[in-house]
Amino acid sequence: MLRVSNLSLTRDKAILKDLSFEVAPGQMLTVLGPSGAGKSSLLRCLNRLDTPDSGEVFLNGAEVKSLDILDVRRRMGMVFQTPALIPDTVQANVGLGPSLRHETVSESDIRELLRQVGLNDNFMTRQVETLSVGEQQRVAFAQVLANQPDVLLLDEPTSALDPTAALTIENLIADIHSRLYTATVLVTHDIPQAIRFNTETLVIVGGAVLARGNIRDLVNDTGNTTLQKFFTGQGPEQN
Amino acid sequence: MSIESLLLAYGLIAIALFISWHNKLTLEKEVVYGSIRATVQLILMGFLLEMILTIDNYVYLALILLAMTAIAATISGKRGHKIPHAFGIAFTGILIGSVITFAVLAGAGVIGPEAKYIIPLGGMIIGNSMNASSLSLNRLIGELGHQRKRIETLLALGANAQQASEWAVRQSVRSALIPVIDSMKVIGLVHLPGIMTGFIIAGGSPLEAVKYQLAIVFMIAGTASLTCMIVTLLAARRCFSSELQLLDTFRPTTA
Repeated sequence: MLRVSNLSLTRDKAILKDLSFEVAPGQMLTVLGPSGAGKSSLLRCLNRLDTPDSGEVFLNGAEVKSLDILDVRRRMGMVFQTPALIPDTVQANVGLGPSLRHETVSESDIRELLRQVGLNDNFMTRQVETLSVGEQQRVAFAQVLANQPDVLLLDEPTSALDPTAALTIENLIADIHSRLYTATVLVTHDIPQAIRFNTETLVIVGGAVLARGNIRDLVNDTGNTTLQKFFTGQGPEQN
Repeated sequence: MSIESLLLAYGLIAIALFISWHNKLTLEKEVVYGSIRATVQLILMGFLLEMILTIDNYVYLALILLAMTAIAATISGKRGHKIPHAFGIAFTGILIGSVITFAVLAGAGVIGPEAKYIIPLGGMIIGNSMNASSLSLNRLIGELGHQRKRIETLLALGANAQQASEWAVRQSVRSALIPVIDSMKVIGLVHLPGIMTGFIIAGGSPLEAVKYQLAIVFMIAGTASLTCMIVTLLAARRCFSSELQLLDTFRPTTA
């Protein structure tokens, strides 16, 4: 269970304003908002790649601040917009997380992880530089899964991909999420993608929550003019 | 060399001035200022060395070398201004790198126990160590910015600072050592180094000059390698916060 309470972050300006939400195991929360809305910063505050100015993040009831940071990051697997793998083989990359803790992952486990992300055994010995961005993103998913996370933080994982590769990764996310029963937070600026995932959604603009609810209900909420302006690309203006 | 010969050498400055004036380069003022400054600085240094080279107290000699190290660390630290405690890191790296190299060369008898050997060779070691330190800090800052995504991916997987910066450190040390390694490859083919030239002009045998020069080359390589490793490893740790976050100076603005 992931619980976020009154999270705020300010740098030169307010980036996150008093955000609160919960994501249960097996649940996916989509955070939808325009570029610069604070979506990525929100994820970075969850696994403490950034430190929020106020508010708390709880992982299975324990405040993240009180836990070992390395363990928090292992348990909250994060996939970034663009994969940034180490210059080595696919096998080395997939086993990287456990190897940081001096644990080894067996070859058969790595093959299984690759299968889970739709890559066959032939990829094991490939150098990651020879892969397409879509394939690299699959390796990044396998890399995160090797850490056996309780929570998945997905920071626009399809934004660097072409539409076909993006759809494949979307299916992969849905598949991983349902099989592993993780609490998943997906960040996206892509409204059709959010509709395809059809989950509980937090619409954030200028770092603050504009609306929350099932995405299809929100899209059909014609009474909320501010929200409709967001869906039709007419605003509202960010601070 | 006679004073007349030296004055004739100044004639070369007149040629530079003429070229500048003739081609409207407007460099005349700078050429005059530069040549006066060089003359004054070197004359002062000559007098200073006359005094220093008569010192036979090792404590004073060590203090002079320590002051040179501090000056070198100040200059090098400025190259790493984005890294917290850059001066301390540069000072530590230059000091340890230089002391080890100096000790090996002194032990091997290359550096004699007199000020006329200790000060010039010590200065040469510290100077090269400073270059290595500056290059290392400069490259590390570049690599941390360049490899930011990979570093944050590693942090997110549960890496500590040393593990997350491993590739940036490796690349920085490699880049910082390129000038030293390349210089070793071309020595004697492209340029005759200063100490060898000086030795030959002073009447020494070229083969004897080669022996000294080889010792100097290995001294430079040794100092540079040691300093690069120490400075880069110490600096890389300082680029992460206590919560294992890459410092803001190496990160993009948050969105």
